[in-house]
Amino acid sequence: MPTRLIPYIKGLLHLLCLVPVLGLLELYRSGRLAGYADPVNYLTHTTGDWALWLLLISLVVTPLRRLHLKLSNLIRFRRMLGLYAFFYATLHLMTYVFLFSGYDLPTAVAGLKQGHLGELWRQWVEVWPGVVEDLQKRRFIQVGLFAWVILLALAVTSPKIMLRKMGGKNWQRLHRLVYVAAAAGCIHYWWLVKTGVRTPMPDTVVLTVLLLVRVVWVAMKRRRTVATVSVLSR
Amino acid sequence: MIIRKTALTGSDIPSSQITSQDLFLSGRPAPLRGSLSRRQVLASAATVGAGAAVAGFLPRVARADDKLVTVPGKYQATDTQTPFAKATTYNNFYEFGVEKDLPAKNAHTMHTRPWTVQVAGLVKKPLTVNIDDMIHYRPLESRVYRHRCVEAWSMVIPWDGYSLSEFINFCEPLPSAKYVQFLTLRDPKQMPLLGDSGFSEPYSEGLRMDEAMHPLTLLTFGCYGQVLPNQNGAPVGVRVPWKWGYKSPKSIVKINFLDKQPRTTWNELNSEEYGFYSNVNPNISHRWSQAHERRIDGGFPHSVATQMFNGYGDQVASLYNGMDLNKFY
Repeated sequence: MPTRLIPYIKGLLHLLCLVPVLGLLELYRSGRLAGYADPVNYLTHTTGDWALWLLLISLVVTPLRRLHLKLSNLIRFRRMLGLYAFFYATLHLMTYVFLFSGYDLPTAVAGLKQGHLGELWRQWVEVWPGVVEDLQKRRFIQVGLFAWVILLALAVTSPKIMLRKMGGKNWQRLHRLVYVAAAAGCIHYWWLVKTGVRTPMPDTVVLTVLLLVRVVWVAMKRRRTVATVSVLSR
Repeated sequence: MIIRKTALTGSDIPSSQITSQDLFLSGRPAPLRGSLSRRQVLASAATVGAGAAVAGFLPRVARADDKLVTVPGKYQATDTQTPFAKATTYNNFYEFGVEKDLPAKNAHTMHTRPWTVQVAGLVKKPLTVNIDDMIHYRPLESRVYRHRCVEAWSMVIPWDGYSLSEFINFCEPLPSAKYVQFLTLRDPKQMPLLGDSGFSEPYSEGLRMDEAMHPLTLLTFGCYGQVLPNQNGAPVGVRVPWKWGYKSPKSIVKINFLDKQPRTTWNELNSEEYGFYSNVNPNISHRWSQAHERRIDGGFPHSVATQMFNGYGDQVASLYNGMDLNKFY
């Protein structure tokens, strides 16, 4: 890929990654979202889906690069994809906190419009015990939050300056947690759907393939190294 | 003749004057009274003649979108009602797909006529009832019920039907019958997405006899004053408003009277989460919190605190006196 094209492709990627959230904003603005029977469910699923999909797409970068030397500068897009995954995961978390938890956002917004700032807080005080209970009891919430915390750590350490500060080895060690986050995301999905529902299957299959590709790659590399060493030592 | 009159007038006739099983079934060829032709019905309507009878006229074969003639029922939840458009496009009917919008898109492949409901098990005499006879058996009441899904959303819907107890009395269960099981349609030809449902057998739900006989338990043929849309469980379902939504079976083909607790589908899939009783309970330990529900009505859904027995405790709590509801969830 010609290097001079990279800024343009980046611009295009930004647009593509923003399409889902812009779509949601447009649905809200036009009033169509309120026409949906269960917009909260729609918001939660859309943001959760995109968080996981973008995470999986970011995991495609490395295997693709290995296919051909000319694809090696795909690495220039990886951080961006990961950050967008974090962005959607954060939106997803916010739908939980401000919509799913029992927080009555319409009332809070109405209160805000009338100048009652306290309404925002009052709602939070009301739902807080439920959120704590969720964190203590509900494993799909725990594993989801765990995935988000990993993504947060990766996002915070994503600037180049952090890479330099941490040193390449440490940075890489930390960023390998992305596999854990992706797996936790899939588990979160499986644990929240009702028994018998198989909607998390496609994401899980894709993740499994992406992980297997890496296992195969490592195994092949090791064999090559062994072969080289044995040739050299002969 | 009495039967025809009942069917046609839709007025309040004291139950003492009608509905012995023999009368209901009189004149029918075995095993089931053949449904009358429309012309016969029109003729008998003319014979009855009274204005009330004509006003109460229903076509023998009711189809989706057909208006129903109803009388206002005793139970009228005063909450803001869910618009028809939302109640009929956001459904759990897994045999037509597991996403909420799929039943509305796919359920048109179900044929609701001809349709019969088999009555079996511990009854005086097993029988098969034609759906159109069932609809016309008693006047249809319009009742507004809160509907609370275990997925933490809720609606407020006007249903049309009559108390299941009336039909159970007609079925003449034996004293040994302690439970009622409802089996719903399972036909891969009419349900192309059946394979996605995760159900390996016909959807089964059940009630204890006293729950089934409770006046709130509604044998349902319509909603919003019209024949049930397929995705809402046409042609006949049962609404049990104080239980999680899945306890209200749709598209029933068989009613079974048993002396033992029947298998119920969600209980089989996950017995830790979905018990036989499945009463709405905000304090229950569940994968997600049941303390609140997203009330789906006109605008953006708002959060509502979930009530014990979905707010029907005054009527039904006594059914569970002395029972540990954490154990019998």
